[in-house]
Amino acid sequence: MLRLVNVNSHYGLVRVLKNVSMHVGQGEIVTLIGANGAGKTTTLRTISGLHPVKAGRIYFQDRDITGWPAERLVELGIAHVPEGRQIFSPMSVNDNLELGGHLVYKHYGKKRLKSEIDQMLDLFPVLGQRRPQYAGTLSGGEQQMLAIAMALMSGPRMLLLDEPSMGLAPMIIRDIFARIARLQQERKLTVLLIEQNAKAALNISDRGYVMETGRILLEEEAGALLANPEVKRAYLGRDQREVWE
Amino acid sequence: MEIGLTTDMLQFLFMGIQRGAIYAMVAMGFNMIYNATGIINFAQGEFVVLGGLMMVSMTMALNLSLVFAFMVSVAFVTVVGILMERLTINPVRRPTVLRLIIITIAVSILLKGAAMCFWGKGSHYMRHFTDAPPLEIMGAYILPQTLWIIGMLALVVIGYVAFFNYTMTGKCMRACAINRDAARLAGINDRRMVMLSFALSAAIGAIAGIIITPIIQMDYARGALLGLKGFGAAVVGGLGNSMGAVVAGLLLGIIEAGSGGYISSHYMDAIALVIMLGVLFVRPGGLFGSSEMVRLKEF
Ligand SMILES: Nc1ncnc2c1ncn2[C@@H]1O[C@H](COP(=O)(O)OP(=O)(O)OP(=O)(O)O)[C@@H](O)[C@H]1O
Ligand SMILES: [Mg+2]
Repeated sequence: MLRLVNVNSHYGLVRVLKNVSMHVGQGEIVTLIGANGAGKTTTLRTISGLHPVKAGRIYFQDRDITGWPAERLVELGIAHVPEGRQIFSPMSVNDNLELGGHLVYKHYGKKRLKSEIDQMLDLFPVLGQRRPQYAGTLSGGEQQMLAIAMALMSGPRMLLLDEPSMGLAPMIIRDIFARIARLQQERKLTVLLIEQNAKAALNISDRGYVMETGRILLEEEAGALLANPEVKRAYLGRDQREVWE
Repeated sequence: MEIGLTTDMLQFLFMGIQRGAIYAMVAMGFNMIYNATGIINFAQGEFVVLGGLMMVSMTMALNLSLVFAFMVSVAFVTVVGILMERLTINPVRRPTVLRLIIITIAVSILLKGAAMCFWGKGSHYMRHFTDAPPLEIMGAYILPQTLWIIGMLALVVIGYVAFFNYTMTGKCMRACAINRDAARLAGINDRRMVMLSFALSAAIGAIAGIIITPIIQMDYARGALLGLKGFGAAVVGGLGNSMGAVVAGLLLGIIEAGSGGYISSHYMDAIALVIMLGVLFVRPGGLFGSSEMVRLKEF
């Protein structure tokens, strides 16, 4: 479904991604883990067209999408939920959902957009109660739900999620991951997930990649990664402590 | 004496609103482009001039009806705005605020030169929209043209609010201004929104030029001062906040008219600018620009 071949990407003169190659198969959930500053966010931004590719190729459904602008990739079915709940805070929840479904409006008109929003609100009932409220006044968990809902409004085939659990309470994190797993099943989505919370993410994933200083170090089945002593030490420390407590 | 004072005041108030409405519209134009790109478009005053001069040619030389001439003039300037964006802003490879601002200065010089070539150096007379005598209100006089100006400002403000709050395109433009990356990830073409902002602000500029021309008699070089005053209103109102700009524009016009009447018309421009600087000294974010959230809410 998605394939990166020797992708390099720079911030100014600094090379941040170094020959990154990875793939995500149709219907898979794949997690990318790595320390802070490893280049995970940059990888997603490069895939979704927000950040330019310096060298290498990116393919989506066997089509070369290297260098495509973000707004065109959305039309192709790639939805990116960026780091840090990027919603339109000074606008209402309803407006945010409408903007998320902007392409639905463009191609199918107002009626279809309305019904899609209603469907989305069935999926995320909390948002329904908050519909007229400014998005900026939602709680962190609700904002993350809204961000995901907005991405889903574009009717994607592939979802790129950047740390959906950041700064949220464990119970809400569990809820969000359960939703992601369910959505993936119901909507036949393909998911590429970035997480600090590696254990929770790997638990719902098929495979995982480990990234360090802009390079892919390791690629394995999620189960194998969870059991891998190196990975355990480096990335699962926090979760393990949780288990002992 | 009591009566005389209020009559004077009322007279200056009318004059002030008439000027201020124009500043307000110019300021709204500045804000639209500022919100879409983060730059100040120095050619904003030229849009006003072109609108006015085009209207003069349409009505006085070609004798077209007011409504038709109005539409043609606005359409013409809108096209100029679109061309400006497509030809000079859009092709810039690595746009920085400074680069883009310098480009708008260049375009303003170019447009001014072109206007001089076509319309000459003299100022152009145009008849008022309606041929009625001034109305008397409590001893003060108000021109029918001033009523047109106030009405137009009201229409523009209503249209503006409706566009940005109730249409998908307007919401997309706001989204781009709030968070460009997030907007692009929703499939919004940010480049097209920039073009649209130039089109709309050119149109508003043209309307301002058209309605003020019967009163000030337009010439090719008017753009700079109108632009400066409009810019002042935009800054005082809080850059990016168009409702703030309307209030600031009207205030600026009223202060100008008042100081022209009570102090001296020689210092009128200077007094208005000094007061503006004073406001910015106390509130650097402008009157209504106190917090980011407020700025965007009030859009
Ligand atoms: N806008 C930027 N300008 C310059 N350097 C940047 C920029 N954004 C990120 N970087 C650098 O690129 C590297 C990778 O950053 P990236 O955000 O992709 O890391 P990450 O793996 O997502 O980290 P985290 O887990 O903290 O989110 C870091 O060294 C960072 O300092
Ligand atoms: Mg990151």
